[in-house]
Amino acid sequence: MNTTWRFLLALVIAVSISACKTTEPVTDTTDTDTTDTKPATEVTTAAAPDPRDYTDARNFDNSESLLSKRVIYFDFDKSEVKYEYRPIVAAHAAYVKAHSSARVTLEGHADERGTREYNLGLGERRGNAISGLLSAAGAMGNQLDTISYGEERPVCRVSDENCWWQNRRVEIVYTAR
Amino acid sequence: MQKILFTLFILCVSQLVHAKLEIQIIQGNASALPIAVIPMQWRATEPRPQTGVADVVSSDLYRSGLFEPLDEQDIVDRPVDAESIRYGTWRLLKVDYIVIGHVRDAPGGTGYEIVYQLFDVHTQEALLSQVTTVGLGDLRFGAHRVADAIYEKLTGVPGAFSTRIAYISATGVGNDQNYQLFVADADGFNPQAVVGSPEPLLSPNWSPDGQALAYVSFERGNSAIYVQNVSTGQRELVSSGKGINGAPAHSPDGRYLAMTLSSSGNPEIYIRDLTTGQKRQLTQHWAIDTEPAWSPDSQWVYFTSDRGGKPQIYRVAVTGGNPSRVSLEGDYNARASISPDGTRIAMAHGRGNEYRIAVLDIDTGRTRILTPGVLDESPSFAPNGSMILYATREGPRGVLSAVSVDGNVRQRLILTEGDVREPAWSPVIR
Repeated sequence: MNTTWRFLLALVIAVSISACKTTEPVTDTTDTDTTDTKPATEVTTAAAPDPRDYTDARNFDNSESLLSKRVIYFDFDKSEVKYEYRPIVAAHAAYVKAHSSARVTLEGHADERGTREYNLGLGERRGNAISGLLSAAGAMGNQLDTISYGEERPVCRVSDENCWWQNRRVEIVYTAR
Repeated sequence: MQKILFTLFILCVSQLVHAKLEIQIIQGNASALPIAVIPMQWRATEPRPQTGVADVVSSDLYRSGLFEPLDEQDIVDRPVDAESIRYGTWRLLKVDYIVIGHVRDAPGGTGYEIVYQLFDVHTQEALLSQVTTVGLGDLRFGAHRVADAIYEKLTGVPGAFSTRIAYISATGVGNDQNYQLFVADADGFNPQAVVGSPEPLLSPNWSPDGQALAYVSFERGNSAIYVQNVSTGQRELVSSGKGINGAPAHSPDGRYLAMTLSSSGNPEIYIRDLTTGQKRQLTQHWAIDTEPAWSPDSQWVYFTSDRGGKPQIYRVAVTGGNPSRVSLEGDYNARASISPDGTRIAMAHGRGNEYRIAVLDIDTGRTRILTPGVLDESPSFAPNGSMILYATREGPRGVLSAVSVDGNVRQRLILTEGDVREPAWSPVIR
């Protein structure tokens, strides 16, 4: 989904949210007949954070926000962060930079092909690639940590590309917000 | 009644430790030595076991790829002593060697004595005439020692049948995952779990005296290296720094442990002195340098590096210096296991999505592919260089296989439950 569509979608959502106005009960101050006073209408209000506000922690659970996306995928045997994932990384960078208490662990993984120890190295390289981008965008060194699980923690166990791509990943895990 | 219950119990237990062995012949070995191992007479007071000594000896010899034991159904005669061997019969059956013997109680009821002889069918000469003594419950071990002696007598190379293997078995899925590090006999029988963990275990590596295993564990959250005494279970945390702590490899004299650490920013090979705890960095390159393996003369450390783009095998002098590339064929070569005579390397060899075990001759650079793949890895040489143990797949399940170094005989070991991987062949324990 390219940036233009994302912007339009965000705009539509923003407009819809602003259309949900909160209503307040109206008191009729001229009415002197006390037996006729109606009870106040029960109303609930809900806050909807701007999904593009990447400093707002509520967006971690907001599927409309990039902050809710916490897995980055990689090509076979590669650790370059693909262009399509850069906005997600940038969103997390914005959060981490705004919250000095935030602590993030980048958990790096690889698919099953190749040897296990080499894959520990590949997982780490991928985790470091993300942490490098976060640092470049202003996250502090002590806020970031990388752990590699290599091929040891797969999310699926089928020996084909439908499964392999899901295992070539870095998971962005907040140990503190 | 008690006797019946006891017998049932023994049967159940023996079923539990019974592992299945399936032997596949790839192509017959024309130069395999034809040998008849005659079922041995049972003269001990304990009930005779399901699998006799002769069965174990035959299987061992067959697995080596150098022998062609006569099938039990073709053993038409069962001599027990030298005088009753009818050599004419065995020459007709085209057998070159014959093994006869019996099992009796060891004095004092402490175990068994396997009394056996090896004869050359053509010269009628007794090549071996020995007694192997073992404790109660160690009959299989005794049979493996007999196979070792026969192998050494006829090939000049010490046998590796009475050695052990270590491997990892993973069971369960998701949050119920369980990992165990097992030690079993070299033919897969009698597995014993020496470590159990809900977090991944990998890279078991034997000490040269066969008493300890180094391995990688994620029990602390991040990878860490432990060295554990196999008999006592006692262990020491040897490395747990930031980043990767992986691929431990004992030096041939047991004094050092090579390992991969990425605390400097990327994975490099280090050598740690196990007595002083001091460590020395051996590689210095932004690439992933991992999976160190010592040459038997302790001059070189072979390792996997992707400094050239994709993983290949390199070597560097133990004293330090510039590494040089060793593997020349194929897109991907990793996880070197050096043969005990130092002339060959077994490695995981990849082309596209297919990974096979290949053997590289260090002097000539010639590479020979030994297995069909397609997800074969973790090769481990037998301590006598005759066979290679490795991890492979059967559908979704990991299993171990052993292939003779000439590629002629391949055997699948179905061991414990679960997904089995990361085998390591023990040294000869004398």
